[in-house]
Amino acid sequence: MEKSTFVYVTYIRTTPEKLWSKLTETEVPREFFFATTLHAPEWKVGAKWNSTAPDGTLVDGGEVLEIDPPKRLVLRWHHEMRPEHKAEGNSRATYELEQKEGMVKLTVIHEMDRGQSKFIEAVSNGWPTILSSLKSLLETGDALEETRSW
Amino acid sequence: MPLLDSVFKALADPSRRQLLDALHADNGQTLSQLCAHLEMTRQAVTKHLVLLEEANLVATVWRGREKLHFLNPVPLHEIYERWIAKYERDRLQALSDLKKGLEQTDNQ
Repeated sequence: MEKSTFVYVTYIRTTPEKLWSKLTETEVPREFFFATTLHAPEWKVGAKWNSTAPDGTLVDGGEVLEIDPPKRLVLRWHHEMRPEHKAEGNSRATYELEQKEGMVKLTVIHEMDRGQSKFIEAVSNGWPTILSSLKSLLETGDALEETRSW
Repeated sequence: MPLLDSVFKALADPSRRQLLDALHADNGQTLSQLCAHLEMTRQAVTKHLVLLEEANLVATVWRGREKLHFLNPVPLHEIYERWIAKYERDRLQALSDLKKGLEQTDNQ
């Protein structure tokens, strides 16, 4: 089957628990994620999640496919804002956290079961910025300026 | 070795940049797929991939029995963040577009 896959890896000087809690923090604007807010009533397999822009617009949504805190989180991910990306349907995002010599190796895999996905191409510009900012936030206390606003 | 040093060391070699170009064109390749398009021995490609992976420029994912190699843009993004100020980005993009446009016209 044709696929579109991107993989991002960053090493962050933190603990898996702290990183996990940042990744799953809900109901507050995320400074490392363009000020979007994550909503998830509970973190368990089958539970729904979504994210909203500061003005309340629905950006992405989906459900929890796998969860093993603080090591692995797999989300079904459906974009809701841009019609051309929404039309491509479901994608899948996997977060893997691995402790390595005082650091945590964070791997994000974002994939879709179709070749040449425009959505996966579009998010491929966002993820490196988001991960650099998350690293900066956890290591220095400050997120990068460009991800603090929408 | 600090990660940034290993990134520059990895980028200093033309064969390794060629491997990154190959992944940029077609992300998620096996060792055999990478070898098929490059004029390098399998041993040389393996050696270069190890260095690229140590520098975090290449990430690997197992799919069944296949090990797939992906270009990981995060360290390059960190270099960009470090030296390029936010207000400079639009102007750099404009310059880069101008250069591309002019060079294409010249080549025609």
